[in-house]
Amino acid sequence: MALRIVVLTKPVPDPAAAAERLGPDGRLDRAASPAVINGNDEYTLEAALKLADSMGAEVTLLSMAPPTGVETMRKGLAMGAHRGVLVTDPALAGADGWSTVQVLAAALRTLEYDLVLAGFDTSDGVGGVVGAGIATLLKLPLLSSAAKIEPNADAGTVRVRRISPTGFDVLEAPMPALIVGTQLLGEPRYPSLKGIMAARSKEVVTKSLADLGLDAAAFGGAAARTKVTGTTKPPARGATQVVRGTPEEGAKAIADLLASRRLI
Amino acid sequence: MAETGALGGPGGLTAEERLLRDTAREFAQREVAPTAIERDEQERFDRSIFTGMGQLGLTGAPLPESVGGGGFSYLGWALVMEEIGAADMASAVTLSVHLLSQFPVLNYGTPEQTARWLPPMIAGEALGAFCLTEPSGGSDAAALRTRATPVDGADGVAAYRLEGTKIWISNAPEADRYLVFATVDPSKGPKGITAFLVEKGTPGFRFGAHEKKMGIRSCPATELIFDGALVPAANRLGEEGGGYRIALSSLAEGRISIGAGCVGIARSALEQSAAYLQQRKAFGAPLSELQGLKFMLAEMARDVAAARALVHEAARAKDRGEPIGELSSIAKWTASDTAMKVATDAVQLFGGSGYSRETGIERLMRDAKGAQIYEGTNQIHRLIVADAVLSRARV
Ligand SMILES: Cc1cc2nc3c(=O)[nH]c(=O)nc-3n(C[C@H](O)[C@H](O)[C@H](O)COP(=O)(O)OP(=O)(O)OC[C@H]3O[C@@H](n4cnc5c(N)ncnc54)[C@H](O)[C@@H]3O)c2cc1C
Repeated sequence: MALRIVVLTKPVPDPAAAAERLGPDGRLDRAASPAVINGNDEYTLEAALKLADSMGAEVTLLSMAPPTGVETMRKGLAMGAHRGVLVTDPALAGADGWSTVQVLAAALRTLEYDLVLAGFDTSDGVGGVVGAGIATLLKLPLLSSAAKIEPNADAGTVRVRRISPTGFDVLEAPMPALIVGTQLLGEPRYPSLKGIMAARSKEVVTKSLADLGLDAAAFGGAAARTKVTGTTKPPARGATQVVRGTPEEGAKAIADLLASRRLI
Repeated sequence: MAETGALGGPGGLTAEERLLRDTAREFAQREVAPTAIERDEQERFDRSIFTGMGQLGLTGAPLPESVGGGGFSYLGWALVMEEIGAADMASAVTLSVHLLSQFPVLNYGTPEQTARWLPPMIAGEALGAFCLTEPSGGSDAAALRTRATPVDGADGVAAYRLEGTKIWISNAPEADRYLVFATVDPSKGPKGITAFLVEKGTPGFRFGAHEKKMGIRSCPATELIFDGALVPAANRLGEEGGGYRIALSSLAEGRISIGAGCVGIARSALEQSAAYLQQRKAFGAPLSELQGLKFMLAEMARDVAAARALVHEAARAKDRGEPIGELSSIAKWTASDTAMKVATDAVQLFGGSGYSRETGIERLMRDAKGAQIYEGTNQIHRLIVADAVLSRARV
C-alpha cells in the first residue's frame, strides 16, 4: 500500500511582497499581504513528493488558516500533492501556537497517515514548536532537523538523517511518526502547467472546529496563552560589506575578513 | 516579487494566474535568459527552448482544454509573455507567433482540421508560422499578391496551386506548419483573401533569403517562395474569401501577447537599471543618489506600470468575451513605445557598458524597436484607434 503522508503547510505573508503589516493588536494583519505557502513547508512537501515519485505515496496537505487558505494550498496541489484539508473557523482568529497544536492534532486524528511532515519553522511566527507539540499530543515519535527521509514501508519504519553540530545523526522510528524537516531536504520544485491544470479538480476539504468536535470558546485569540505586549523594530543594520566574484574569490575574501577580525 | 507597484504586477490575479506567472518566471530565468545574449550575437535559434516550452505546457496554454490546451485565461497568457519577454524577446516572439498561427484554426477550423492540425502544435512538437506580409507591402495586407488557383478534381475543387512570395516570416525556416494568406482573385481585394494550412516539405514550397535583423536575432525569419505548391482543399481554412477576417481577428489576440512581451522588455530594462544605479559610483557616491537619474528611473517605472495596466485590461476584455480590436491596438502600441523608451533610457543610464553588446542592455533597445513595426506598425494602430473613435462620435 502506498505510504500516506500528511504535510503541514501554513499560509504566510509573501516575504517577496514585503507588505507585512501589524494590526492594532500587534498581531500580523493577514489581509494586508498576499499569502504563500511557508517557505520551509515547501521543502518538506518536496521531500514528500520525491517519496511519491520514487516509492508511491498519497500526499495530503493540512493547514489551519483563514478561508483563503484554499487558494494558497493550490500551489501545493499543483506541485503534486493529492488533496488538501483546511481547518478554518472565525473563532481561530488570533490563535497562538498552543491552539494551533491542539487544532492540527485534532485534525490529524481524523486522517490516516504513516508520516506527518512539518517545516522547521514559519517565516511569520518563527516559533518552531508546532511540530514538536503535535508529536507530543499524538504520542508520535519526533524526528527533528531532517536532512533526508527514508521510509521502509515493509518494516513499517522510517530512517532520518538529522543534522547535528558535528555532522549527522541517523535516527530510526516506527511509523506513524512526525518529522520536522530542514532545507537540506532539497530545493522545492515549481509546478508545471500540467500540475496547475490537474490542481483544478483536486479536492480541498474544509473543516470547522465543530466538525473536529472542538469547543470554539477554547481556541483562538480569547483563549490564547500568549499575548503580544509590545512590538519594536529591530535596529537598522550597520554598514554591510558585499563580497563579489567567483566562489573561490568570495570564499577567500570572507576568510580574510573573518581572520582580520580574529573570528577564525 | 511584489503584487503591486512597478516591479511586480497589479494584484487581482487568481491563485492559478499567480502560479502560472511564477512557473513561467522560473522557466524563463533558468532556461531562456542565460543564453539570450549569446544566441542574439550568433543569430542562433535554439529549438530546445521551444521544446522545453512544449514540455512545460506553454505552447498551448491559452487554448481551451476541449482541444487539448491548458485552458488558462488570456490574462494568464499575458503574464507568461511578460516573463519570457523579460528574459528574451526573441523567444517570446517565437512563442507568440506559434500561438498566433493556432488561434485561427481554433476559431475557424473544421473539427477535422482542429484534430489534425492542433495537437502536435499544442504539445510543442510542431512549430507554427503566420504568413501575411509580402514584398509589395505589409501594412496594406489586403493588396497581397500571392495567388491561390483552384485545381478541380472529380467532385469540385481538389486543391489550390500557390504562386508568390512572402517575406519577414518569423519562425521560418524552422517552423513545421505555416498559416498562409493568398488571394483567389486579386480583383476582389480583401474579399479574395483565403487562408491555407501548409506543411513544410510541400513540393513547390521553399525558403528564400534569411532576414538580417536588427533585433530579436535568435528568432529566425525568412522569405517563403511558393512555386506552384499544391495545397489540398482540406487544408483551406474557412471559406474562399474569408481569409482577411481570419487574419485580422487573430492579430488582435497576437497584439496583446506582443504587448505583454514588450512590458517584459521594459521591466527588465527598469530592474537592471535600478540595480546598476546602486552599484555604480561616480563622484564619490552611488549613481542612485543623483536626483536627475532617480527621476529617470521613476519615469521608467511609471511607464512600465501604465503599459502593463493597458495590456492586462485588454487581456481581461478578451477573457470577458468583449471586443478587443481597439483595446489591443492601444495596448500593443503603448507597450512597444514604452519598451523602446525605457530600453533607450536604460542604455543611457548604463553609459558605455549599456552601449556594449556584452551586457545585453542595448539588445533590449534593438528588440523593442521591431515591436513598433510587426503585428501592425504603430501608425496602423493609430489608424485603427482613430477609426474606432470616429465611429463612436455623434455628428
Ligand atoms: C522582426 C519582424 C518580424 C516579422 N514577422 C512577421 C511574420 O511572422 N509574419 C508576417 O506576415 N509578417 C511579419 N513581419 C512583417 C511586418 O508585419 C511588416 O513589416 C509590417 O506590417 C509593415 O509592413 P512593411 O514592412 O511592408 O512596411 P510598409 O507597410 O511599407 O510601411 C512603411 C511605413 O509606412 C507607414 N504606413 C503604411 N501605411 C500607412 C498608412 N495607411 N497610414 C500611415 N502610415 C502608414 C508604416 O507605418 C511604416 O512606417 C515582421 C516584421 C519584422 C520587422
